[in-house]
Amino acid sequence: MSDYSSSFGAPELSNKKQEVMEQVRGELAMANAQELINKINEKCYLKCVPKPGPRLESGEQQCLSKCMDRYMEAWNVVSRSYVNRIQRESQNQQMM
Amino acid sequence: MSSQQPQFSENDQRELAQFLEAENAKARIQQTVHTLTDSCWDKCISKVNNKLDRSEEACLSNCVERFLDTSLFIVKRLEDLRGSGM
Repeated sequence: MSDYSSSFGAPELSNKKQEVMEQVRGELAMANAQELINKINEKCYLKCVPKPGPRLESGEQQCLSKCMDRYMEAWNVVSRSYVNRIQRESQNQQMM
Repeated sequence: MSSQQPQFSENDQRELAQFLEAENAKARIQQTVHTLTDSCWDKCISKVNNKLDRSEEACLSNCVERFLDTSLFIVKRLEDLRGSGM
């Protein structure tokens, strides 16, 4: 069966495919962002609000801001290291 | 075919299947990065500063590499144990 949908004027079908792909990308991106936010919340609360008072003090808020930035930087460092390592391992496997 | 919904052509189905597999692989990698960042943050970051210094970055990078070394080590040891008739 040839690719009827794309080449014979059924644009709704190839649009639908694009739509599905966009939707999947979007949902996965959201899940990733949600996970990151949850981790930041957990780690930065631990580091910055050791003794919870009646409100978030300005010092605690500053710490939280910095902590968010540091955590995201840490995530990037880990991601780069991990991806590099995977690539190296797969190259080693291919050479065997 | 009595369905009212548009049916994807075989080519489209193939493309979507490959796409989903690629996206799933990416998602698995990202999940591992989340897990590694979680535990390596605890190991490497004691104080929140204005930027990550070089020793913190090195610690994070080492943390990832040693985790993967550990994984390989465990697999190899299991193979050795199995080989010696366990």
